Amino acid sequence: MARRLPRKDVVIIGLGWTGSILALELSRTGLDVVAIERGPWRDTATDFNIGTAADELRYAVRHDIFLRPKQETLTMRNNSSQTALPIRKWGSFLPGNGVGGAGVHWNGQTWRFLPDDFRIRSHMIERYGAGILPESNHIQDWPISYEELEPYYDKFEYVAGISGKAGNIKGEIQTGGNPFEGARARDYPTPPMTQGHAQDLFGRAATGLGLHPFPRPSANISVAYTNPYGCSMAPCTYCGFCERFGCANYSKASPQTCVLPALIREPTFEARTECEVTKVNLSNDGKMATGVTYVDADGQLWEQPADLVLVCAYSLFNVRLLLLSGIGKPYDHAKDEGVVGRNYAYQTGSGSTAYFEDAKFNPFAAAGSLGVALDDFNSDNFDHGAQGFVGGASITSAHTNGRPILYHPTPPGTPSWGGAWKIAVRDTYQRVTNVSAQGSVMSYRNNYLDLDPTYKDPLGRPLLRMTFDYQDNERRMANWMAERCDEIAKAMGAKATQVNRLTGPWSVVPYQSTHNTGGAIMGRDPKTSVLNRYLQSWDVANVFVMGASAFPQNAGYNPTGTVGALTFWACEAILKYLKSPGSLVQP
Amino acid sequence: MRFATKGARPRRIVRLLWAIAIASVMMPAVAPADSDNYVEIARGKALATIGDCVACHTAPGGTPFAGGLALQTPFGAIMTPNITADNTTGIGSWSADDFARALHDGRRPGGTYLYPAFPYPYYSRVTRADTDAIYAYLHSLPAVVNRVNRNTLPFPFNIRLSMIGWNALFFTPGGFAPDSGRSGEFNRGAYLVEGLGHCGACHTPLNAFGANKADQYLQGNQIDHWTAPNITNDRQAGLGKWSVDDTVQYLKTGQTRTSIASGPMKDVVENSTSKMPDADLRAIAVYLKERGAEGPRPPAALLSSDARVRMGEAIFVDTCAACHKRSGEGVVHLFPRLAGNVIATQDDPASLIRIILTGGRGAATDATPTAPAMPSLGYRLGDEQVAAVVTYVRNSWGNAASPVSAEMVKALRERVSAARE
Repeated sequence: MARRLPRKDVVIIGLGWTGSILALELSRTGLDVVAIERGPWRDTATDFNIGTAADELRYAVRHDIFLRPKQETLTMRNNSSQTALPIRKWGSFLPGNGVGGAGVHWNGQTWRFLPDDFRIRSHMIERYGAGILPESNHIQDWPISYEELEPYYDKFEYVAGISGKAGNIKGEIQTGGNPFEGARARDYPTPPMTQGHAQDLFGRAATGLGLHPFPRPSANISVAYTNPYGCSMAPCTYCGFCERFGCANYSKASPQTCVLPALIREPTFEARTECEVTKVNLSNDGKMATGVTYVDADGQLWEQPADLVLVCAYSLFNVRLLLLSGIGKPYDHAKDEGVVGRNYAYQTGSGSTAYFEDAKFNPFAAAGSLGVALDDFNSDNFDHGAQGFVGGASITSAHTNGRPILYHPTPPGTPSWGGAWKIAVRDTYQRVTNVSAQGSVMSYRNNYLDLDPTYKDPLGRPLLRMTFDYQDNERRMANWMAERCDEIAKAMGAKATQVNRLTGPWSVVPYQSTHNTGGAIMGRDPKTSVLNRYLQSWDVANVFVMGASAFPQNAGYNPTGTVGALTFWACEAILKYLKSPGSLVQP
Repeated sequence: MRFATKGARPRRIVRLLWAIAIASVMMPAVAPADSDNYVEIARGKALATIGDCVACHTAPGGTPFAGGLALQTPFGAIMTPNITADNTTGIGSWSADDFARALHDGRRPGGTYLYPAFPYPYYSRVTRADTDAIYAYLHSLPAVVNRVNRNTLPFPFNIRLSMIGWNALFFTPGGFAPDSGRSGEFNRGAYLVEGLGHCGACHTPLNAFGANKADQYLQGNQIDHWTAPNITNDRQAGLGKWSVDDTVQYLKTGQTRTSIASGPMKDVVENSTSKMPDADLRAIAVYLKERGAEGPRPPAALLSSDARVRMGEAIFVDTCAACHKRSGEGVVHLFPRLAGNVIATQDDPASLIRIILTGGRGAATDATPTAPAMPSLGYRLGDEQVAAVVTYVRNSWGNAASPVSAEMVKALRERVSAARE
């Protein structure tokens, strides 16, 4: 039996990027805000000590700051004819856990999606005709335009101190930036990072091929910076311990560096860590949330009544919580009806590995979002008519790390152990680099999330079931991109290259990307979306759902920049809602 | 106890009656604060903030002002009293006169002597109007029952009458006398520093009797194994290189470009100075700037070829330079600049040694909330290595200060470890 606690104005589920930003903005208006977080409190000073933060075995191999699969995992299958099985060790993606969420362990690439990405369905039909859209697709326009979101991208970038070079300020193309990007009001808050040798070669080669390379926008920042909340960051030391690690140098934007120091000073804010929300409670008619039920570390159940419930967990777990709480109609694949779990999407990875005769790439002098990219093949920046696929990719030369345990590339044909392997590692370490394509994934009837009929978590609740595979459209796109990467790699002067294509069914084993999107998408029509354009539930007006779960399909970029922008966009709407409660959009 | 026996009840009633009787006898003697006098109470709150009363009168994790913190003195630990308005365990039964007497004369209502761990030699300068306002504020707070053992000092220091002699030697009672030759701002600063702010209690060296050495006022002292630096206007040893604005910024935000408050000063900034009006901070800064400069002359810097300096430089490059930079310039708001840093070149190197051994956390204020941390390196740097890197920092980038020996590091490491256990 849950014990009932005194009412709060706002309950926030999950204290990562979105939860911490909303907590700060709302508690500053005087609202009583409680954030309930499944994992532990984490703080730069006490948890990411410079002497112990760079522990590859602890963090990268043993997944110290990630969710434990025994706490909660997913079942997965490639298609609905299969029986899904639980993921017992994280591989393809790594869900975060604890205060800061995935914002602790990310690499830090902070992109804006392109204007065309927000109206991709209309745009593709207008330019190429409806025949270009793949079979069984669920591709939808976003219910918001790039222009509407621009001020909120700006807000997030200035909170996070992002290092980059603008390519388009108020419609004027800027030399050295991305000429394809949407117009921005002003440049990035900090200048681009210092690039390495591989990026110099890539930049020259790409320019020679008539392409448009630019430094990628980075949350590993280049110079000291203090954000509008008064939180300070230090210049990145290029130590190469970003993804899977907390930053000990105050250099990587995260809730810890950018939001929490200000948030914890707010007298009306409270965090309850190691407490897991088990469901959002609804009124008898199911139209309003009355609060949440959660279980603390001792197994005690608590009911936290609140006027407003903000679902701010990781995208996959947002979807699961909505399904477990009965908010929105679950997606039924057989009938192609319902919305919660619909439009799950992911990311493609392909490219070319380039071996050089005598180069010194010093991959250990790196950062998670150090790199040079180009957008000539992203979104609809090129003619899709001849290719017959939808979507695109950002193509990049990057070294995120050269760490001793997991980074030892060897040429094809090298034995996987023994003397010959050691020699190959020694000879290859400094002489290999990659040109990679991170591609979009469209949404389809066949890719979705629902509750597993068999497997349950330790509290007896069904696990989330993921049904996903790359569809023909994505395979063709990714493999075409791999060829483009290979052309650039050869132009860089590589003596040998190896093209990495997207082959075989999607596998949960090798790490690919923690860019899981969709499942609780925003849209204009309640029949095909869970949330309206303000990230407000169509069904329960005092529930808002943040995160990449709102993306109708995924673009050829990392999601965090757009997640951050949507949070600030939704925050304004939430303040409007508080003045005059009710649905902010009439369907 | 699971349940009370029948026999226990009458005795409890008797005790209760006694308490009521005592309370009613004492009631007329108490002049209760007028709980509606918000102006006076708000002024008292601001004054209590300047005095940082909460810092000593609050146990770790305890209710503010309810006492119970063990103050470590050279003579033993003294438990700070409860100064909430509880009648039996706090100062609820005190009159405003009683309160003023404690602050001005170091005496409790019955005449008992207080120890100067309670800095009445400073509070003696506080005006009666100000002590009354603080009294009103403390009486406006909820009364908290918290009985504190006030007799923890060992013999012979437990004999409070011994304070008669101490007072005769080291205590000059009397109010604050402004210097008519100085500005009003200077005099306001003097009133705050010499009175309620009791800055000298930490920043002035102590003699063998635990009294401030009057002739070395504000010239620095060691407190809880941290250096409370020289805050005279001396260019080498003190704040001579700091502008008035630097000092104001430090007190307001906890940092300047070269320094971030840590150790005991972190608490002072967080609880007290960051909440003070800017005009008072400026007055303090003007007073410290204008009142004079005294401190030891620094030695010539050690040569960069000195073996200790070379060893220290190697450790610095490996362990420190990523944050503090090879040039010693640090990173604004996060990693203090060591070049030209007066804390680094204090005659007493305790703070520098200690922060390497144990680490530390900077002050968090509304203006600068990040509170960066220096990691503890004591677990992987030996005494000789710490001595070398401290010696290097004290003698590089224009810094000049005495070298530090491995024995000094060893001694401080032992004292810090002992204090923690």
